[in-house]
Amino acid sequence: MPATRAAKQVSTNCVRALGLKHLRVILRNMTVPDNSGGSNGFAIRADRATRIYKMGGATIRAVNEISLDVGAGEFLALLGVSGSGKSTLLNLMAGLDRLTAGAIFAQGRDLATMSAEELASHRNHTIGIVFQSFQLLPRMTLEENVELPLRLAEVPRGERPDRVREALERVGLSARAKHRPMELSGGEQQRGAIARALVNRPMILLADEPTGNLDSKTGEEVMNLIAEIHRPPSGPGRTIIMVTHERALAERYADRIVTLSDGAIIREERLR
Amino acid sequence: MKIRDLTELAARNLREAVLRNSLTTLGIAVGVASLVALLSLGVGLQQLVDHSVARAGLFDIVTVRPRQNIPFGQGRERRTTKDAEDQMPPRELDDAARKEIAALPNVLEVDPEVRFTGEARHDSNSQLVMVSGLAQSSQSSGFLDGMAGKFFSGPDAQEAIVQGDMAKRLLNAGQAPDSLIGQKITLRFAQRQTLPPLSQQAATDAPTDAVSPDEAAMGFSIVPSEKQFLVVGVTPTSEAGGGQVGFNNAGIYLPLDVAENLQVVDRSDLRNMSRSASSVGQRYGALNVLARSPEAVAQIESSIARMGFQAFSLIDVTRRLRTFFAIFDLFLAIFGSLALAVASLGIINTLVMAILERRREIGVLKALGAADRDVRHLFFAEAGVMGLVGGMIGVALGWGIGRAIQFGTTVYMKRQDMIAPNIWSVPWWLVLGAIGFAIFVSLASGIYPASRAAKLDPVEALRYE
Repeated sequence: MPATRAAKQVSTNCVRALGLKHLRVILRNMTVPDNSGGSNGFAIRADRATRIYKMGGATIRAVNEISLDVGAGEFLALLGVSGSGKSTLLNLMAGLDRLTAGAIFAQGRDLATMSAEELASHRNHTIGIVFQSFQLLPRMTLEENVELPLRLAEVPRGERPDRVREALERVGLSARAKHRPMELSGGEQQRGAIARALVNRPMILLADEPTGNLDSKTGEEVMNLIAEIHRPPSGPGRTIIMVTHERALAERYADRIVTLSDGAIIREERLR
Repeated sequence: MKIRDLTELAARNLREAVLRNSLTTLGIAVGVASLVALLSLGVGLQQLVDHSVARAGLFDIVTVRPRQNIPFGQGRERRTTKDAEDQMPPRELDDAARKEIAALPNVLEVDPEVRFTGEARHDSNSQLVMVSGLAQSSQSSGFLDGMAGKFFSGPDAQEAIVQGDMAKRLLNAGQAPDSLIGQKITLRFAQRQTLPPLSQQAATDAPTDAVSPDEAAMGFSIVPSEKQFLVVGVTPTSEAGGGQVGFNNAGIYLPLDVAENLQVVDRSDLRNMSRSASSVGQRYGALNVLARSPEAVAQIESSIARMGFQAFSLIDVTRRLRTFFAIFDLFLAIFGSLALAVASLGIINTLVMAILERRREIGVLKALGAADRDVRHLFFAEAGVMGLVGGMIGVALGWGIGRAIQFGTTVYMKRQDMIAPNIWSVPWWLVLGAIGFAIFVSLASGIYPASRAAKLDPVEALRYE
């Protein structure tokens, strides 16, 4: 029996006595990093994924029957002009939006069949999201922002300070923990957002135009950080799916580039 | 999310819009304050009445009288225990009955009710007065609360306690009622003197004009008599709030045994003349039965009625009084809640505004893994925190308003030379109930905003500027 399955079996037996209420939380917190993707080595798999919006009388196919496999540990860049459907596809992979047709599997689980509660858990544990506009909550300090996913995951309070410190150290912002987002530069805010995305140790990082609001130098710093998260000097790496409209950036960091236009894949390029 | 995290986040969010949330919380506080102030007055008045009745020692007393044989339709009994009464024919209230009643469970004491009208004199003043015998147990019943002086030194003491108003009338103008304490008063009354049986009367040489034929038939003669008593206590005057309470009201109280031994003619003597001679020993006009507790009164009353007597207690009266106060309090609560209902609209408005302002924040929370219920709970927690804080401030405010009303009443009553009653009370159940009600109203007000926030589409919310 693989170590992961054995660990889960033991934990399941232990928590039976504790009651169903605690079962989900404990299992959540005991999730062992599994880079295999749980499904033939794929972290994410889209099968004829379709998202149709109806606006007034018009029907817009934002994502049109896209089939795509993202390998575990792969760095995939979704390239395309504005309105090509790349952000919509990312939102579908994140479980922020629902498919109209088709399926998307994340680590072997079909997002289309998940309940709203399960999708929330997917966003909390399986993936981390980085936005173009950082989306740090302005009323909270940086460390409070980073602690948010831990609160939502009901991680014991005693563990949280270490986890937050670890995440902030990784992005080089330990000294700015007590600062509010308004007191940070754009690059620092984005690094803070990356720390928040990683604090729950997800295996997939989704980044939507992470350098879109940054100057080129700061953008490069952020991309270097993402690249390091993808392939750290030690320990397991993470699957990265990044949306960008900058081809140069994609070519420099990604393993593969998928170009979208009008909601469909028009080109795939494997770089590494 | 855990409750502590929810509460922390809710408190943080409330602090961020401190002015708006403070005003909303103040609205709740005013609503709760009006509720607490009104109910505290309602409860205070109820306690005042309860205390007045309890002070008279009436909750645990059953008065027993011989049942009258009144033909149907010609009279009305004060208490209907007909079912029980039908089981036994009317009986004489004599020594045997007294012993039988005393043997009933939960009966502490059975005393005859001795009440008669006499004439009290002090110096040149004289007054017609109702005199009543007072059992030793009355000392601890609260019946004589506020009395100046002391209780009778013993059951056989030739002492009297005078009601304040009566004391004023027996004294010269300008003298304080308390000044009667330590002085002697003379009591004149009609005394019953038992005559020897008719056969013996005939054999004696006593002058025949001393006993009228009617008296000879009754078995006793009526003679005027008087006796002196030392005043040991004076109860408060009615002007000072010490008015008479209960059905043992009198102008002068004597120790029960002393009053009984005076052999005063009363109504029962005349009634007994027409009754059969089957009774055992002394016959009584009425007996006062002291119950172990007010809860036992109903059962004792029922047992006595089954024995063939008429029993009366204030249980029914107080029960109706409690029903009245329950309805009174309900009305006060409804009026008090109106302000809270208005405050609840404020909560809804505040939370709906918060949704609009924090749309993007809700989107971020959902993107980070917050489930719909987490968002819903967060808004509920914010409403609950406002309710809790508003409830606590409101209770304090209501307490203050009640105190102010009490203070004003006290000042006014003292200016009128009256004892100020306590018309205000904030029991623990009111404090906890008001805070709980404030939280409940706040949570109910949060239902709509919370579900609206929970249903927000995260993609839309994240795009919101």
